[in-house]
Amino acid sequence: MTQTMAVAKALNESLRKALENDPKVLIMGEDVGKLGGVFRITDGLYKDFGEGRVIDTPLAESGIVGTAIGLALRGYRPVVEIQFDGFVFPAYDQIVTQLAKMHARALGKIKLPVVIRIPYGGGIGAVEHHSESPEALFAHIPGLKVVSPSNASDAYWMLQQAIECDDPVIFFEPKRRYWDKGEVDVSALPGALHRAVVAQQGTDVTLAAYGPMVKVCLEAAAAAANEGRSLEVVDLRSLSPIDFDTIQASVQRTGRLVVVHEAPVFYGAGAEIAARITERCFYHLEAPVLRVGGFHAPYPPARLEEEYLPGLDRVLDAVDRALAF
Amino acid sequence: MSVKSTAAGGPPAKGRGRTTRATVAKRRGGEPGLVQLLTPEGERVEHDDYAIDLTPEELRGLYRDMVLTRRFDAEAITLQRQGELGLWASLLGQEAAQIGSGRATRPDDYVFPTYREHGVAWTRDVDPLNLLGMFRGVNHGGWDPNENNFQLYTIVIGSQTLHATGYAMGVAKDGSDAAVIAYFGDGASSQGDVAESFTFAAVYNAPVVFFCQNNQWAISEPTEKQSRVPIYQRAAGFGFPGVRVDGNDVLAVLAVTRAALDHARSGQGPMLVEAFTYRMGAHTTTDDPTRYRRDEEREEWASKDPIARLKIYLEREGLADEAFYAEIDAESDALAKRVREGVRNMPDPGTMAIFENVYADGSALVDEERAQFAEYQASFETGDTTAGTGH
Repeated sequence: MTQTMAVAKALNESLRKALENDPKVLIMGEDVGKLGGVFRITDGLYKDFGEGRVIDTPLAESGIVGTAIGLALRGYRPVVEIQFDGFVFPAYDQIVTQLAKMHARALGKIKLPVVIRIPYGGGIGAVEHHSESPEALFAHIPGLKVVSPSNASDAYWMLQQAIECDDPVIFFEPKRRYWDKGEVDVSALPGALHRAVVAQQGTDVTLAAYGPMVKVCLEAAAAAANEGRSLEVVDLRSLSPIDFDTIQASVQRTGRLVVVHEAPVFYGAGAEIAARITERCFYHLEAPVLRVGGFHAPYPPARLEEEYLPGLDRVLDAVDRALAF
Repeated sequence: MSVKSTAAGGPPAKGRGRTTRATVAKRRGGEPGLVQLLTPEGERVEHDDYAIDLTPEELRGLYRDMVLTRRFDAEAITLQRQGELGLWASLLGQEAAQIGSGRATRPDDYVFPTYREHGVAWTRDVDPLNLLGMFRGVNHGGWDPNENNFQLYTIVIGSQTLHATGYAMGVAKDGSDAAVIAYFGDGASSQGDVAESFTFAAVYNAPVVFFCQNNQWAISEPTEKQSRVPIYQRAAGFGFPGVRVDGNDVLAVLAVTRAALDHARSGQGPMLVEAFTYRMGAHTTTDDPTRYRRDEEREEWASKDPIARLKIYLEREGLADEAFYAEIDAESDALAKRVREGVRNMPDPGTMAIFENVYADGSALVDEERAQFAEYQASFETGDTTAGTGH
């Protein structure tokens, strides 16, 4: 049963299904009720499930996550919305010092099935603190799982899988892809939440990306094809854990890897992938693993973001460099 | 028992009654607005809003709880000095605040402690040895919070007040009449999380009691560095009642906390209890209070000792005989022995425990690192030093 829908709608349908399937699922956040969220991801859910299930919260991020932890301890499955990426930091303490560790501290006796949805990344011309990519800060923390869908089908399925997961999941939503439409088969069985997929097959260079950059990489592969180059695109989907096996298999075919993300390159996900893949594929690599991403600078004002964000040219330039070795 | 306190903080003014109480408190060297039922001299006084009537057995029980808790605490300090524990946070002086409030809870209530609630844990039947695991360094908590409805100790100041509030929101959703109690200190009252928990609890009318043990010192910082107003008065700004109780008076703490829990469980929302008490020892065994506080202050508070005043009362009323005290002494010795031996025999966790319970649903990354580390460990057995850690 395939339907065409935008990523935002897929997330909305996913939340609706989760609320229907499990009475313990709760939606919490600022403006998630009557407004339906600033991106309307929770649109209509308040009307259909009521304020007991779709909870408008005070304007306090630490409070939102901290009380979600308490609700999870009581047996609920809160799905928390952080309004924008840059607003998660008041809650960072609760996420890192409490949410991530409680299961281990209780020697496994309690579970913390909390999902924290964060619209992230740039490309929508927003003001400061509305365009950041802090995923590495969460992926670095043991006890958290971190995922990011790149398309409508994954948005629909991965969010439900995250809600069903007994671990805390940080769910990064690529906000500039909210309005991109795609096919969603609501009856098909989804793939594993933490499995990477080959989104485009190719033979010359592997591009590894996630979230908003998958589309850029697919466009780069199409452009490169016009020049007679065959690029393979791996959509990581999960950043903690990372499915290194799928990346490894791809790199063993292509011999070259370029990792692409919006977040600053320094200490970013690309560094981890480059290190691990170098270790695993040293004798298969024809070139060093290259990275394309943000600079070690605050996310720039909107008028400069097109320069900051990796686009086709910077990705293809890295491909050229990889092939020049 | 109904709570007549208002959002203005403390019991409502009721003409003569209030004046009398304030006068009594002042005459006895107490603080105005302090609910007290047993003076430092062991004298029973009445309070209009917080009455309590306990059987001799219950009174002896409170005494026993406080003495055993103090003995446990003393034993833990000794064990730390002997190198058996890495750290200890003593509750010396706060026995009444903890026993009185803990004994006010029902089994189906839920407790969210800091890291000093050894007495509260005692009232919840948590095995004292469980509390020592984290201080010995064999785990970071280690007990099942749902076994006694007593959450893990929380080191980050004030975090647990939000967990308590969220839990209480869940309790209300479930239609249960259980209540939740969140412990924190005077220093924690400065934390944003505590303010946010007050906001959430008030907005959702959550059945949670915020129990602040104001022991006057946040490590070296006095309460004056935390708040310009008495802490219990802060509740008013959030729209729920706050009350200050003599934290060294186990009867008053029991009565006030019971009332606050009833207030919460009857659907009236949160309440703040400030137990005005004193930390007689150091903040933890690494602290040196002689650098920041006067001996006279400690001596003054020593004269308000919670155990001594109950003992005077028991003796004056003829509620306990020598046999009772002898029995408590024997029980204390047995507890100390059990704790001492239990700690010394506490096994170190197995090396591979590092990788256990990181995730409930498992993780390929943890699996990989576990396998690599196991291989590395095994290499010492086989002498194959080429097996790497993967790093």
